[in-house]
Amino acid sequence: MKDFPYTESKDTRSGFGAGLHELGKSNPNVVALCADLTGSLKMDAFKKDFPERFFQVGIAEANMIGLAAGMTIGGKIPFTGTFANFSTGRVYDQIRQSVAYSGKNVKICASHAGVTLGEDGATHHILEDVGMMKMLPHMTVINPCDYNQTKAATIAIAAYEGPVYLRFGRPVVPNFTPADQNFQIGKAVLLNEGKDVSIIATGHLVWKAILAGKILAEQGIDAEIINIHTIKPLDEEAILASVAKTRCVVSAEEHQLNGGLGDSIAQLLARIMPLPLEMVGVNDSFGESGTPEQLMEKYKLNEGAIVEAVQKVMARK
Amino acid sequence: MNPFNKDTEELKTIAAQVRRDILRMVHAVNSGHPGGSLGCTELLVSLYFKIMEHNPDFKMEGKDEDLFFLSNGHISPVWYSVLARAGYFEVAELATFRKLNSRLQGHPATEENLPGIRIASGSLGQGLSVATGAAQAKKLNKDSNLVYVLMGDGELDEGQVWEAAMYAPHHRVDNLIAIVDRNGQQIDGPTDAIMYLGNLHAKWESFGWKVLETNGNDFNELIPSLEEAKSLTGKGQPIMILMNTIMGYGVDFMMGSHKWHGVAPNDAQLQEALLQLKEANDDY
Repeated sequence: MKDFPYTESKDTRSGFGAGLHELGKSNPNVVALCADLTGSLKMDAFKKDFPERFFQVGIAEANMIGLAAGMTIGGKIPFTGTFANFSTGRVYDQIRQSVAYSGKNVKICASHAGVTLGEDGATHHILEDVGMMKMLPHMTVINPCDYNQTKAATIAIAAYEGPVYLRFGRPVVPNFTPADQNFQIGKAVLLNEGKDVSIIATGHLVWKAILAGKILAEQGIDAEIINIHTIKPLDEEAILASVAKTRCVVSAEEHQLNGGLGDSIAQLLARIMPLPLEMVGVNDSFGESGTPEQLMEKYKLNEGAIVEAVQKVMARK
Repeated sequence: MNPFNKDTEELKTIAAQVRRDILRMVHAVNSGHPGGSLGCTELLVSLYFKIMEHNPDFKMEGKDEDLFFLSNGHISPVWYSVLARAGYFEVAELATFRKLNSRLQGHPATEENLPGIRIASGSLGQGLSVATGAAQAKKLNKDSNLVYVLMGDGELDEGQVWEAAMYAPHHRVDNLIAIVDRNGQQIDGPTDAIMYLGNLHAKWESFGWKVLETNGNDFNELIPSLEEAKSLTGKGQPIMILMNTIMGYGVDFMMGSHKWHGVAPNDAQLQEALLQLKEANDDY
């Protein structure tokens, strides 16, 4: 098992804020819209240095999506910012008609995704957003794993023409991916080569997969670990190449099992390579108040849950 | 400068032909929305043949030209007819309206690349936001042209409209002219019976808009109102035109009733209606 050293832990939303600020400097067409959550989304630096390209929308997310769609018509590249819940469920029809169906170059940037928002509880945790967004034709869905990757993803999506849903979160997590990484939309990242099982994770669960890999190594299990930062389009080639070797899969995500990454992998396996799959995620329930750590434990979104799933799936080989 | 700059008599001639197109299109597929289309014919004819600076050689970004957005997308027949008659695409293509593999979708869409359409609409309440965003992009681009958007009055039931109503004055989006088709009808009946809209003039004014009212079925009132609206842009406020119209205007038995909101005429009704409208520019 490879070692993944890191010097600091940071929140992925700060990676977004840093990436957006970089874009402010490098791309005059980038504009940002925020629905009264500038601090939470870490958009302050962009707002301060590029005030003429920052649009405060107030608590009016539907209007924000429409404004962003309209701004693309003048060649702007709008980045909208609010919590993941209010970026998706609240404005699904606006995204569907004015952005996805209309093929508009809007980047929907969604923070505080999943249960790691913590104490606010289920009204603010969203665990269905990936499912909603991946169902939309033309939509790209990205869920990076740490600060560096979120910053790189933010910069990369500005250069891509088309609607994107970028999902990130609030808690500080180990920042272990390279600062100078070449972020390629739709390309899986092979973190650790192994032969016994493929652990395919996204977002905050990538680090948990690495922790699980270490525990498994002590048990003599050689896990292949893949970071899927782009859930749609899914890097089917990379997944199939790994599974052809390991013959079993565990998916891991901070999302409902229904509609998430595991669901996409299940479809792929069933169509092309029917092999055992176990899915780590939230099983048809809402979140609740608690600390992020407590919630990750209670909803089985940690290394222990991944190890358990690996043991289960290997027994099915 | 409008590329056609027609006088009022010419506009009336075009409007009669557009009404013929609308009726024949919805009749041919026995579906679509003739009532609102007929009621807004003078407006769209005025915008495309007199008021707007626009280029029928369509470019999505619309730089240095005026843009029009149709938020109440169900009145697509009038827009398609006007776009075709203005040269955005062949008039013959109107015959494909709502048919399989057509670019003329039931509600306007960009997916098939129909020239003249910049965003999908149909699910109501979104167009004012889109138009406001497009207007702000024009400001960022130092593009001095204007953005027009048409909404239905029933559409004002949607909450998103009022989000945008607050936003545009707050951000001083003064290159935006919004128009409400005040025909007083929606699918289930008169607007004030379905959801009382109250004093729309006072409502929009209190949100910070410069509000005008006009008769949308009389070129002699409508054109001066549109010219006045243009003259009021660039003064720190968005402009709202409350445009009184009669749903189904131009066909006597369709006028003033919500019954013709989304119902196509049958063969006999079509013939009766066409007798009231002079064919001037050749039916498609």
